[in-house]
Amino acid sequence: MEQSLKETIRQDPKKILGVNPLDAKVSLSYLTVAFVSLLIGGILGLVQGLERAGLIDLPSWLNYYQVLTAHGLLLLLVFTATFSIGYLYANLSHALGGLLPKVRKFAWVGFVLMIIGVAMAVTMIVLNEASVLYTFYPPLAAHPIFYIGLVFVVLGIWACCAGVFINYRHWRKNHPGQVTPLLAYFTMAVFVLWFFATIGVTIEVFTLIPWSMGLVETTNVMVGRTLFWWFGHTLVNIWYLVAISAWYVFVPKIIGGRHFSDKLIRLVVILVVVLNIPGGFHHQIIDPAISQSIKFLHVFMSLSIAVPSLMTAFAMFAVFERTGRKLGGKGLLGWLKKLPWGDVRFLAPMIAMISFIFGGAGGIVNTSNQLNQVIHNTMWVVGHFHITVGVSVVLTFFGICYWLIPYLAKRKLTPKMNKLGIIQTVIWTVGMIIMSGSMHIVGLLGDPRRTSDTTYGGHEAAAGWIPFEMLFAVGATLLLIGVIIQVYAVFNMMFFAPKGLTEYPVAEPEDDATPAPMWTERWGLWIVLLLAVVAMAYVVPIVDMILNAPPGSPPIRTW
Amino acid sequence: MKTTEAIKSEKQLNNDDEKSLRGTLVSVGFVAAVIVVMWVAVFWIYMERV
Amino acid sequence: MQHRLEEMWMIVSVGILVVFMIIIGYQTFAMGMGPPSHSETIDPQKVEETAPFDEPGVFETGENKYEVVMILQSFGFTPSNIEVPVGAEVEFVMTSKDVTHGFQVPGTNINAMVMPGHIQKISHTFDEPGNYLVICNEYCGIGHQAMSTTITVK
Repeated sequence: MEQSLKETIRQDPKKILGVNPLDAKVSLSYLTVAFVSLLIGGILGLVQGLERAGLIDLPSWLNYYQVLTAHGLLLLLVFTATFSIGYLYANLSHALGGLLPKVRKFAWVGFVLMIIGVAMAVTMIVLNEASVLYTFYPPLAAHPIFYIGLVFVVLGIWACCAGVFINYRHWRKNHPGQVTPLLAYFTMAVFVLWFFATIGVTIEVFTLIPWSMGLVETTNVMVGRTLFWWFGHTLVNIWYLVAISAWYVFVPKIIGGRHFSDKLIRLVVILVVVLNIPGGFHHQIIDPAISQSIKFLHVFMSLSIAVPSLMTAFAMFAVFERTGRKLGGKGLLGWLKKLPWGDVRFLAPMIAMISFIFGGAGGIVNTSNQLNQVIHNTMWVVGHFHITVGVSVVLTFFGICYWLIPYLAKRKLTPKMNKLGIIQTVIWTVGMIIMSGSMHIVGLLGDPRRTSDTTYGGHEAAAGWIPFEMLFAVGATLLLIGVIIQVYAVFNMMFFAPKGLTEYPVAEPEDDATPAPMWTERWGLWIVLLLAVVAMAYVVPIVDMILNAPPGSPPIRTW
Repeated sequence: MKTTEAIKSEKQLNNDDEKSLRGTLVSVGFVAAVIVVMWVAVFWIYMERV
Repeated sequence: MQHRLEEMWMIVSVGILVVFMIIIGYQTFAMGMGPPSHSETIDPQKVEETAPFDEPGVFETGENKYEVVMILQSFGFTPSNIEVPVGAEVEFVMTSKDVTHGFQVPGTNINAMVMPGHIQKISHTFDEPGNYLVICNEYCGIGHQAMSTTITVK
């Protein structure tokens, strides 16, 4: 008996013990930071919405751009990164039978580095020493400590990357001839992207630190901007990849179905990883100093990222239809009715997926070369990323919480909590439709983003924007209510929900599915291809920007 | 262990399934429509402003 | 069956993207409608000493053709409150004296990034009379929201 118990523990410890408490602690710590940042970032979001609508005036010690910088940093970087790491490390632990002790250490080192980094950056923002927004385009020069903080955040992410790579390698060594579990595969892909995404911005930040300290006189603003977007857009696709991991792996199980072809899923992952980084260039379509032909090459490169998403669209609908029909759905669309709409673990990611239809379509518009002139730096873009990040990604994350957190905390999702989750999802969806919808429309009318409340001297062109700005405030109010409910739900499930066992809802393949081929595991090859795509995209323009560079810009503080 | 009957009926269902991934096709058709409508709308605005 | 439907979908959807690319590619390369991408550079610390920015202003260059040489700085445009006749084809030649700015005229396709060290150009024909708002659409500092001017077309 003793022996066999030991044997089982060795073979499949989760079966008896559930999650390893040490691994759960890693994930729960990251998730705690994530939802604290969500709360603060959400409050700042409402402050902005109200200020932009002209409903409140900020006190003299706080300005709109400080609030905007903090909102962007806390939500786009801290919330998404910490949530992703907590979630993916839980996936890794689940899929590979626990984290190696060494890997756990890496995760903790990463945690501490990130906290230090965020504290440094946020302190500078609060002191109004870094009102440079989340993009910190030079020659706007923040306090050096802001940039040093960013370096710490990146180092923290790299520590988490190292942990994942080590655990992955270890598993592969011990399981020759086997493909890794899908969850581990996704985790590997996300951290490969994290690593290569952060290289560009790290180079940028390392040039900005001596420059902001006055040790170097000038900097190349064009190269800085390009390196930022190398990171900036890849980050977007990191969120996206994290979100689709849940769509492909968990959603089918939650609705009582099987997952789509393992091979196709891995192909989508490979395409997202390989094609991703050059997407950043479509943020620079109306920049000077990049030739028409390079820009058009990047239209192609950005649109190619849509291809794996189009595959995903088909795959997800096929999973829904197959499952819905198995459950008795009839007719052309009867299967839709058989899906568990009353289960927040399904409803939230489902709305996330639907919103990505609009988000993705908007993205195709944004990258369509001269059409970018219609929307560039208008509120349309803000609407676009609130529907993509704010719904497609965030609602997926919220949906994940309702099983992941009880699982990690060894508690249960109660029907009452599920109901609260449904209410939260509905409030969030309505809030975002109002806010993001009005942002899209007013953006087409020309209302600029990243701008404190103004009537432009009562100009008639700007007067037409005001009613829409009021709607931002209405949407933002609903969204803050949504944030508060979500944060309550998360901490309730973490500490107060009834004890019990929660399932980790990993979908199985179809019975007749062909197993994923081994070649999908050739990460060396995918990384070489990724680098080849990066080289194709960046070598010509960056060499041009450096060789034909104007005299550089000194650090400037305009706030 | 599944009985042969269960497997058979599952196969039957799978066959029906295959016949009727039409719902999926309609759904992705909706995706295509959204892409085209949004793009054409912005393209139209662009051309109006040239 | 599933495979065939999926193939059909990928062909149709990628086909749509290809059509988009052909349309915008034709406009860009055959009709010269590509996005603003001028490549000249300038010393950002010597803008006011460098031609043509030593003399910013509105210049008539042909029959109802104008060139506007403009400096953007936090938080204004030089020259400001421009006037041009109806039907004028205006080319804006711009650079920034300090940080990155955006040059946008709502209601038109004028939308371009103006960065220190780089000269940016964008053209537009003002067919409709009216008072056009000009705004900076890239965050440039604490007074960014005040950075605006007008173009009067009559």
